[in-house]
Amino acid sequence: MTSEPAARIDSASAVPIPSRALGFGQYAICLSGIMLREGLRFLHQRERFIAALVRPLLWLFIFAAGFRQVLGVSIIPPYKTYVLYEVYITPGLCGMILLFSGMQSSLSMVYDREMGNMRTLLVSPFPRWFLLVSKMLAGVVVSIAQVYAFLVIARLWGVKGPAMGYLYILPALFLSGLMLCALGMLLSSMIKQLENFAGIMNFVIFPAYFASSALYPLWFIQQGSPPLYRICLVNPFTHAVELIRFAFYGELNWISLGVVAGYTIVFLAGAIFAYDPSRGLMTRKQDRGGNG
Amino acid sequence: MRKQLYSAAAAAIAVGLAGGPAFAYTAYVSNEKGNSMSIVDTTTMKVVKTVDVGQRPRGITISPDGKFVYLCASDDDQVQVIDTSTLEMVGSLPSGPDPELFVLSPDGKTLYVANEDDNLVTVIDIASKQVLAEIPVGVEPEGMGISPDGKTLVNTSETTSMAHFIDTETHEVTDSVLVDTRPRFAEFTPDGSQVWVSAEVGGTVSVIDNKTRQVVKKINFAIPGLRAETIQPVGVSITADGKKAYIALGPANHVAVVDTKTYEVEKYILVGQRVWHLAFTPDQKTLITTNGNSNDITFIDTATDEPVQSVTVGQQPWGVVISPK
Repeated sequence: MTSEPAARIDSASAVPIPSRALGFGQYAICLSGIMLREGLRFLHQRERFIAALVRPLLWLFIFAAGFRQVLGVSIIPPYKTYVLYEVYITPGLCGMILLFSGMQSSLSMVYDREMGNMRTLLVSPFPRWFLLVSKMLAGVVVSIAQVYAFLVIARLWGVKGPAMGYLYILPALFLSGLMLCALGMLLSSMIKQLENFAGIMNFVIFPAYFASSALYPLWFIQQGSPPLYRICLVNPFTHAVELIRFAFYGELNWISLGVVAGYTIVFLAGAIFAYDPSRGLMTRKQDRGGNG
Repeated sequence: MRKQLYSAAAAAIAVGLAGGPAFAYTAYVSNEKGNSMSIVDTTTMKVVKTVDVGQRPRGITISPDGKFVYLCASDDDQVQVIDTSTLEMVGSLPSGPDPELFVLSPDGKTLYVANEDDNLVTVIDIASKQVLAEIPVGVEPEGMGISPDGKTLVNTSETTSMAHFIDTETHEVTDSVLVDTRPRFAEFTPDGSQVWVSAEVGGTVSVIDNKTRQVVKKINFAIPGLRAETIQPVGVSITADGKKAYIALGPANHVAVVDTKTYEVEKYILVGQRVWHLAFTPDQKTLITTNGNSNDITFIDTATDEPVQSVTVGQQPWGVVISPK
């Protein structure tokens, strides 16, 4: 089932493409087409939207309720006073939405590849990197919409940030979302079948989420386990969460910005390389296994 | 045209930045263990200065003109008078042993001090530094409240669990009202019709009608996730318009906001550990709480009832008073 479309992709991409002939307008049309498709897919899958919202809300309503008073012990930046645990984990839950959404949109790449839909995209005359970045941008926009829906419900629940904070987090969400989408894209290039993806989810999503500052401040972790603290410090997800957290309170965390931007470039380059038909991991896999 | 727009926008931003609290008030915080007083600018929310005072400073108040701060130096057995312009101690008042809390008459001439160890309320004339009277009350007197007209004084005795109503002209106890265990603080409503008395161990606030001298309502508190024993009401502050009361709940680390009409708790505000006393800025826009165990004070925006910022002061902040100007 998977071998035939993969073979076609290969043959399609082998045709030399005069990419210089493409103007800015065509690129814009291509981008909006991919965006629209991703948006429509998201809108048509109402269960996916609800599922994407239920996950962080469960954490907020149930998990955070259990630990509500835990953090009324110390003030850590960017907070200026004592906060309830549910206030603390809200930026972490925004990060969680981006993380799951990023992985999910790359999951759809594996699905597309298996079902042959990817062929339609890859036979287009646009450069491969542009198609991948467009796909990622579409994924980021969809996940940001989910974050804002979550924040509205959280606000009704009593978790309020400063009014301007809702605007300030937009660039932070965008950059963090792009980083996580690129990571997902890189991972999806290494997976042959949909079934394998679940394993990677367990090996990537949960470690990234738990070994970060999403659920507990880093000084908490430092007290408990210094090695884990160091792992948290290099975890890109920690910095994505901190970037969002500081932005929510109108502050810019330069270190997190630098780390997230750096990881974004690395993951993007890695994903583009991996999906490059002549050099990437896809080709190698095809050489070995015969199916992409 | 575009230039005009830009300059208009710039002006709007400048006005926005300059907005917020129009006046800078000064808050004086007594640090019980630090034997010091922190002076805090309420606009910048920063400690401007810390000065050493007598041993174990607790009760703190300010003269109506804002020129002198009066401070109970409990272990020095005196009330210290501090000049707010120089922050130097300019004198002391004979308070009797272990003064803890006191209240100034509305005209600023008389100070009423609770002497915890002697079961007395000492009446001091500030100008002559003379003790005018010693009024015997219940065991372990602590909370002191005075009616806006200055005619009625209320003292609470911790062990007797009573609120004693005292006529300030005759210096006699006219009524004693039983409240819940360990009453800590008494506060009159701005119209003088009611006295709100907090009971630390009882965990309630009793609202007493000043005319009938009867408890008209007992307010209970419940914070999700906290054991009832940790809820120990201490300081009470009522807004100048009489609509809202703020009650410091001690080790519960929260301040309760109560609607004075319905007596319903509208909100619990998270502040630092062991919140003890409260004070409004004169414009009523900000409430400051002292958090004894976390060594800080929390600024609360009274429009939204949200905590804005917590600021570290000296060791174990106990009381707070804010300059009238």
